[in-house]
Amino acid sequence: MSESVKKEPINWNSAMKEILSGSVTRTLLSVILGFAVGAFFMIISNREFLQNIGYFFADPLASLRAAGDVVSSGYGALFKGAVYNASAATFDGAIRPLTETLRLAGPLIAAGLGIGLGFRVGLFNIGGTGQLVSGIIWATFVATRMELPPVIHLVVAILAAIIGSAIVGAFVGFLKARTGANEVITTIMLNYVIISFFNYLLLDNNLLQGATAGGYTKSDPAAETARLPALLGESFALNLGFVLAIVAVVLYWWLMERSTIGFRLRAVGFNASAAKTAGINVNATYVLALGLSAAFVGLAAANQALSSTGGVTPTSHAGIGFDAITVALLGGSSAPGVLLAGLLFGAFKAGASAIQIEGISPDVLLIVQGAIVLFIAAPPLIRAIFRLPPPQTTNMLTALKSNLFSRGAKR
Amino acid sequence: MSAETKKEVRESWKTPAVMGVLSATVLVFFGILGKPEAVSFELTGVREVVQLPNIEVGSGLLGTFAGIALVVITALVAWQVSQNKRASIWFSMLFGAIALVALLGWLAAGNVVPVAFILGSALVLAVPIMLGAMGGIMSERVGVVNIAIEGQLLTGAFMAAVISTITGNQLLGIVSAMITAALFSAVLAVFAVRFLAQQIIVGVVLNVLAIGITNFLYQQWVTEDESATNSPGTLPIISIPVLGDIPIIGPVLFQNRITVFLAIGIVIVLWFILFKTKLGLRARAVGENPLAADTVGINVGRTRFWWVTLGGLLAGLGGAALTIGSSGSFGREMSGGLGFIALAVVILGRWHPGYATAAALLFGFSIILRIWAGQVSPGIPTNFITMVPYLVTLIAVVGFVGRSRPPAADGIPYVKG
Repeated sequence: MSESVKKEPINWNSAMKEILSGSVTRTLLSVILGFAVGAFFMIISNREFLQNIGYFFADPLASLRAAGDVVSSGYGALFKGAVYNASAATFDGAIRPLTETLRLAGPLIAAGLGIGLGFRVGLFNIGGTGQLVSGIIWATFVATRMELPPVIHLVVAILAAIIGSAIVGAFVGFLKARTGANEVITTIMLNYVIISFFNYLLLDNNLLQGATAGGYTKSDPAAETARLPALLGESFALNLGFVLAIVAVVLYWWLMERSTIGFRLRAVGFNASAAKTAGINVNATYVLALGLSAAFVGLAAANQALSSTGGVTPTSHAGIGFDAITVALLGGSSAPGVLLAGLLFGAFKAGASAIQIEGISPDVLLIVQGAIVLFIAAPPLIRAIFRLPPPQTTNMLTALKSNLFSRGAKR
Repeated sequence: MSAETKKEVRESWKTPAVMGVLSATVLVFFGILGKPEAVSFELTGVREVVQLPNIEVGSGLLGTFAGIALVVITALVAWQVSQNKRASIWFSMLFGAIALVALLGWLAAGNVVPVAFILGSALVLAVPIMLGAMGGIMSERVGVVNIAIEGQLLTGAFMAAVISTITGNQLLGIVSAMITAALFSAVLAVFAVRFLAQQIIVGVVLNVLAIGITNFLYQQWVTEDESATNSPGTLPIISIPVLGDIPIIGPVLFQNRITVFLAIGIVIVLWFILFKTKLGLRARAVGENPLAADTVGINVGRTRFWWVTLGGLLAGLGGAALTIGSSGSFGREMSGGLGFIALAVVILGRWHPGYATAAALLFGFSIILRIWAGQVSPGIPTNFITMVPYLVTLIAVVGFVGRSRPPAADGIPYVKG
């Protein structure tokens, strides 16, 4: 530890200020505000509340009680459906919601990392859906049309998904590098093209359509040798896909923060022309970045194609390519951030049906999602609402940390 | 002259190359290998005042002639490029139009092509895209990237359907659709101008919010009693006297709903304001170089706020065109990506109202083509026809537009320093 840092007296006040002005505080407050916005929509759409509001001055408690009821039953159902179901008879039943959250978070995390990687390079990959579907096509081909020994089959199918997605991403990067075509446009267009192509494949018996699909767009179920194995026994749907997503988080962290490639990617994202001057091949970096971005999305594709026991359909992408954008934004494109954001949105997906049972449309969770990211996008707004101090430059937190750390080290 | 400036001046051969491939495709597949059956272009409907005879021509013959015409245009463009001139956008448009006629002739071999019906439907279907794109152009011309067109269309569609039904007044529905979408757009403006937020992020999030809010309200309120909240009917079709009776042009342009007339008017007015008035010049200055605009006394923040917000009015009208201007009632997520197509149209149309309209018409045309082709030649997998507009956009962005230049300050917050 350097002497100058250690000598600085700890000023708790400015350390506190730094914490309050930091991004973690802001993110937490944004999440709380997002839930508040969701609560607002639940309340204004509640019949009982609307009936009582007419007599608000005669009996203010009645409408407030109705408002409280609907919000607590809504978010209570979310907790019950996504984290822990206290009213379940068995322990298995009680933790089932949590396993569902993890299962649904897996692909969101993987795809969120992919979109986040694009953001770090200054690229807006809106084509998560198309890349995901391309990955599903490849994985489904391997999983339903090839016969391979158990473990190898699964590995080949996962690699096929990753390659199938990555190729689309790299193609977009190639078009951008070669012709300057705006990646926002090319990815949107490819989304539609690939989905149509997938529909076509699923309508032909000789291609990907399942033997029993009849006239429907549906494939055969993935061969058992190519299915992601269950983690907690057959009674839970949670499978290896979540573990793969966690591996992806670690890989992403290493790639972006520790590797040379990550340095190159970040340099281009920070300032493309400066990176060019420094000798980085910007065009090649675009191809690489979009290819890698889509490769992470491909992992989500593997999860979608190799999890279900029923075969894939045109909607098997489950909107993950799009949700991943909000996941990446909420997570600030950092590895731990995307992990947490993916878990939160996975919980939203898991809790949706429980909220529906309470008579509240689960679309309210979409509003919560949107509101959270909207608040995160505008730090000055959050600071104004909660009267947080402006960004601090005192570095007191670093001083505090190193102080604690060096003391511990000496002992 | 340094090497770099020289490189900049040289025109790319990409456009003629792409055109060459396309014209060869038309010439070979639609022409030489084309179908021998005759195709009949029906110019006037049965009930029209002035009747024109149908034009009959062999499908393959039409393909051959179209192919030759395309080759000629390609040669002209190649000549332009060899003279170091920029390929004229008019050639590109003419090229597209001829290629589409060839495609029609090939699809409808042995059948009748109802020209007025197809063109008219294309226009009606293009209107939401067109208006969304106009909103996008207003926003991007002053330097605010607008990804939220989709959300504005959706809120507009929702408000138009619900307010029209509840009040029984469709005009009120249109007005409320426009105002709601403008308020929605104002959020983008405030976040972009006041909070200096990342505009693309705000746009994406606003789309999520629009889908969330309309879905939520739809399920909580609307689905319970559709007849009281979501059956607005459609706007009446207005036929302009005399003009409406002109063959082809009449039914296509002058017998329409008010939304179509408004859309056409808005394109012209927007073009005029942007390029012929002081107001438009100031707006473009803000989008190209906010610092310079600020220096000469233009209020950058205020200009941006108002252009973005008022752009929302147009997108809201586009949303109204989706519900009461065509199908009537509202459905979940009914904008179905049209806002993103409008975004593509903005770029494809080089941030110009006229060119963007042409691009929007291309999409409208392809939607009706898909529906109609499914009926006349059932052998063709409709999934491939579905792809056509997106592939065309892809080819156009890669081959024709390439490094299209957005307003220089597009997406960059301006901090007065």
